[in-house]
Amino acid sequence: MSTTTTSTPPPPPVEPATAEKRSSPFGVVAERLRSGELGPWPVIIGLIIIWIVFQSLNDRFLTAQNLSNMAVQIAAAGTISVGVVLVLLLGEIDLSVGSVAGVGAAALAVLSVRHGVGEVPAVIIVLILGALIGTLQGFIFAKVGVPAFVVTLAGNLGWLGLQLYLLFPQGTINIPYDGFVAKLTHTNLSRIAGWVVGALIVVAYAAAAVVDGRRRARAGLPTPSMTATLVRIIGLAVVIGATVAVLNSWQGVPLALVIFVGLVVVMDLVLRRTRYGRQIFAVGGNVEAARRAGMNVAAIRISVFALASTFAAFGGILFASRSFAASQATGGGDTLLIAIAAAVIGGVSLFGGRGSAYGALLGSLVLGSIASGMFLLQLESSVRYMITAAVLLAAVILDSLSRRGRAAHGRA
Amino acid sequence: MSEQAGGTTRQGDGGPSPDGAVLSLAGISKRFGAVHALSDASLAVKAGEVVALVGDNGAGKSTMIKAIAGVNPADDGEILWEGRPVTITKPHDAATLGIATVYQDLALCDNLDVVANLFLGNEVANGIVLDEISMERRATELLDTLSVKIPSVRTPVASLSGGQRQSVAIARSLLGEPKVVLLDEPTAALGVAQTAQVLDLIERLRDRGLGVVLISHNLADVRAVADRVAVLRLGRNAGEFVMAETSQEQIVEAITGASESVVTRRQARVEAAEAARDVGQKRQASDPQEQS
Repeated sequence: MSTTTTSTPPPPPVEPATAEKRSSPFGVVAERLRSGELGPWPVIIGLIIIWIVFQSLNDRFLTAQNLSNMAVQIAAAGTISVGVVLVLLLGEIDLSVGSVAGVGAAALAVLSVRHGVGEVPAVIIVLILGALIGTLQGFIFAKVGVPAFVVTLAGNLGWLGLQLYLLFPQGTINIPYDGFVAKLTHTNLSRIAGWVVGALIVVAYAAAAVVDGRRRARAGLPTPSMTATLVRIIGLAVVIGATVAVLNSWQGVPLALVIFVGLVVVMDLVLRRTRYGRQIFAVGGNVEAARRAGMNVAAIRISVFALASTFAAFGGILFASRSFAASQATGGGDTLLIAIAAAVIGGVSLFGGRGSAYGALLGSLVLGSIASGMFLLQLESSVRYMITAAVLLAAVILDSLSRRGRAAHGRA
Repeated sequence: MSEQAGGTTRQGDGGPSPDGAVLSLAGISKRFGAVHALSDASLAVKAGEVVALVGDNGAGKSTMIKAIAGVNPADDGEILWEGRPVTITKPHDAATLGIATVYQDLALCDNLDVVANLFLGNEVANGIVLDEISMERRATELLDTLSVKIPSVRTPVASLSGGQRQSVAIARSLLGEPKVVLLDEPTAALGVAQTAQVLDLIERLRDRGLGVVLISHNLADVRAVADRVAVLRLGRNAGEFVMAETSQEQIVEAITGASESVVTRRQARVEAAEAARDVGQKRQASDPQEQS
């Protein structure tokens, strides 16, 4: 057997597949820059620049009060944006999230105020309604084969119609000031609770990093260097500590911020650490590969659209909470565009398969900072729109360039 | 397609189908409407053997592979797996038997790293949480034993070279511990060094005792790694050769179906030109010297 005619070289000595056992942080950064995998750094740097500019124009920008307001302001649109991130990771788009948020707010108000349903059950019903809406849209997209763009565009109009129908004839339904829903965005953690929550996050992160490192070492795998791990833990501790300290110096950490960040963290863990998250990335990266690997592509797509609409409905609840009312304008205007822009600015690729749940948080911070800074400078919203447009364009250009960088480096 | 009507079909030329084959197919037929993509074709592969399946475009190579892989089952014919008759009607059947297929388009997710691609659809998990550590360890071990060299198993597949991507795709097919691996044009679109990498890998598969069916257009690659060559022409077996006893001309004859064809004429022409070592003679190449 094994009778090859041409002289084949003897098999080369077995070399480890991993060239380096310890990856240096600088090497990783340089490699990422070259290959177009930039991660969150462009948006973090952009955010710092925006903060420096606004602070230099108005020294009330970086005050505890303003930052605290900003944190509450971004929570609703940011929550919608988390769902948009999921859809973008599939390489699709959901244009209905604004209207779904409006329907969510309207349904909540109608249920709790008009029909006397308790606010907590009403919230649960609204979340289920959101999931059903998303399932319907996802089904039409994944099973019938209508492009998601068109399905959700129809949804954008249709759910707006449903919102107006639900609110008829009042147009605006006020919700109680002291109810569960209102408290979602009008509660601040006590100072001690703020510190405890912050400390818990840092400790959990550090513990996970240490345990993971030990298990990797035991399995004989390359481990991140001790310094890199320490830098990450300390970096996180500094960011969280500063946030809590600043917010505590005003009225304490807003509950809405905790909810929003909590959703982001949970979705990030789902995306990176679970089989479901891996499936979302796989479908976004290469549908055919996912299908051949035995994944149920249609089910994944439908579930993601269901999640996106659920997040949108919850965002609508937060909008209603903040303004103590569900109105015909809730979720209207630029809500949809801000939610999508936040995800894109946060580094989630429009081409699918690249990005992270933290993109929703970072992008929302950027857009919230711009809105807040413009407000302090008493500029018209015309200027705000134009600046937001420029930032969004910059983010998309960066996405396209890094995609091109990947294409030049390897394959996109 | 170069055609010489009535070209002789030589069955079993050079070597009979081996006994003790892991996988053997006989009398395989497949029609697409009026087109007979495969008529009474056969193929066999033993453990620890590389069988090259060659043929011109439209000869039925891909149809054969799809029939084995269960993507597009044959209309007729018998498939024996370790001597037992089996039916393969869907990809899952083939996978359950122990047949892995690596298609030309590789089906890798560029945005995911090497580990994630290796375990795509077969992720190891504790409950709902992915067990990245055991996946990474198994991936590293697998790539080490195959001597596949990549910068890191955590590199996104997008930044790998073509040869490395092909190696990852082949390595992935091995995770299910198959006994037979079907490789569809693994060296197409690869450079010289990358082709060598992939050919080395194919030899390592054979050394691990796997039966390998290799589809290729590149006769140099086929010569380099194949133990036997099965030639298809117009959906029929057009010869089966033991590589060590066969010249390239014989294979080309079987592929084109004639000892005198555009390929042999060209070969003769090139040889003549080389012999003459005269640049000026190249211009006369349009007036070929027949040597066959």
